[in-house]
Amino acid sequence: MPSKSAPLSLKIAVGGGLLFLYFPFTVILLYAFTTEDSAFTFPPPGLTLKWFSVALQRQDLWQALTLSLQVATVATGLALIMGTLAAIAVYRTPFFGREAISFLLLLPIALPGIVTGIALRSAINLTGIPFSFWTVVVGHATFCIVVVYNNVVARLRRTAKSQIEASMDLGADPLQTFRYIVLPNLATALLAGGMLAFALSFDEVIVTTFTAGQQSTLPIWILSQLTRPRQRPVTNVAAVFVIVITFLPILLAHRLSQDREST
Amino acid sequence: MQNIPPASARRPGFQLRRVVNFFYHRPRGLLALLLLAPLLWFGVVYLGSLGALLIQSFFHLDDFTGQVVREFTLQTYGELLSRSNGDIILRTVGMAASVTIAAAILAFPLAYYMARHAPPRLKAALSLAILLPLWSNYLVRVYSWKLILAQEGVLSWFIRLFHLEGLLNLLLSLPSIGGTSLSVSAFGPFLAFLYLWLPYMILPMQAALERVPLSLTEASADLGGRNWATFRWVILPLGFPGVVAGSIFTFSLTLGDFIVPSILGNSSLFIGQVAYIQQGTAGNIPIAAAFTVVPMIIMTFYLIGAKRLGAFDAL
Repeated sequence: MPSKSAPLSLKIAVGGGLLFLYFPFTVILLYAFTTEDSAFTFPPPGLTLKWFSVALQRQDLWQALTLSLQVATVATGLALIMGTLAAIAVYRTPFFGREAISFLLLLPIALPGIVTGIALRSAINLTGIPFSFWTVVVGHATFCIVVVYNNVVARLRRTAKSQIEASMDLGADPLQTFRYIVLPNLATALLAGGMLAFALSFDEVIVTTFTAGQQSTLPIWILSQLTRPRQRPVTNVAAVFVIVITFLPILLAHRLSQDREST
Repeated sequence: MQNIPPASARRPGFQLRRVVNFFYHRPRGLLALLLLAPLLWFGVVYLGSLGALLIQSFFHLDDFTGQVVREFTLQTYGELLSRSNGDIILRTVGMAASVTIAAAILAFPLAYYMARHAPPRLKAALSLAILLPLWSNYLVRVYSWKLILAQEGVLSWFIRLFHLEGLLNLLLSLPSIGGTSLSVSAFGPFLAFLYLWLPYMILPMQAALERVPLSLTEASADLGGRNWATFRWVILPLGFPGVVAGSIFTFSLTLGDFIVPSILGNSSLFIGQVAYIQQGTAGNIPIAAAFTVVPMIIMTFYLIGAKRLGAFDAL
């Protein structure tokens, strides 16, 4: 609802808000290049690319990154399957408790992470299952499902029922209708939901601290570096990696959903 | 257009097709099949874990053996309400409330500008600019504040540049929230929380402000209402559900966080930290469970209040 141009004071406040949101990122970026390795002096005494090559040689960092990517991939896969199943079920048939399902799926992100984390940890302890790659994945998928679910439900609501009916009228059976009408319609929603789920999993630290045993995902690695630092600038380099790896899928997911809305 | 072969011509999918057709004509069966896996996961694994946690909060830890005694008792909840634990709860709630208020104030100009002034392209760009930090790494964002607030860091540099040392010292000398430097005072976690959760406040506020009809603000101006009067009597009451909706996130997320106060701030404990420490090194699951019940109860009441204020229509 654009109206007459904004007063200057409002524009300044908006600029200030954006500065507040983005200033920290620039600080991290700057410190990845500092020559100093024990303090955070500003302005940095000098700039160097050295820490990028040091980071390349740090095995623990690369193992953590690999593990994070693996966990995020598997958790996203599970979330895609579960979220789509639930979305189709909720969309297709009205049934008793339909609202409750949306609420249930939302719980893991509505409740503080520590509640989900401690609950899962004590349950895993009670059942005697050892903490492993898979306990981390289960924890992540639990809160990733809702992202996929929300995206798919929103898309299904916008998909014209008439298309499905037309397909059936023209003699396509349910499988063909699903394959040629429903799935292509869902494709970008699945992609967008999947990317958000991936970013969510790739970032997660709170639930992971409870569901991981010896496994160290990238956020866990960063957390351990924050409390017991070893070469601080390497942490900054890792932080830059993380920013880039998460920004890209988000920008892509955003574009995909924008394109859909404009067509 | 794709050339779609007739159903009977594609033999390999024949079995699958029969299964699909079978379920297509039995929606209840299909529903059960679709929901089986998600419901097993959420109903059994997730709710089961939450339920188990709740049950364990009614057990207690034997002081002598250090073992959890599995019989029903309210002893753990008694410990929860002791003086020192009560302080922790109050401190956490106080932090959550101040972060929420600050976020509402800071979010308003952005939300208002997006809702009322920004042309469509700029608006899309702004909403992306607000979402991007929200989805990017939580830990990295906390860490950035450690860099900014470090004693020799960026903020001190700016403070020296503008000769604001006096103001800084005044803030740091405040009782119970001050400290030797910004990062080890209560301002450290406060700023980090504010930064982390600000986008959650902006987006619902913007949605609510967008629904305030332009005609109402014009009517207010026509009737002689100055900017402040229009804001106070028209925009604020109509946009308030958006503030409440955003506050659900800022409040809840601050209540449960245990990482920010362990990286920044003056080592005074928050609910999340105590729960983390108690379940881990101390092995006292009952008290950890009882501590996680606190944010759940607070949030339940908060949500009921928010619903009354119409926050859910603003989401």
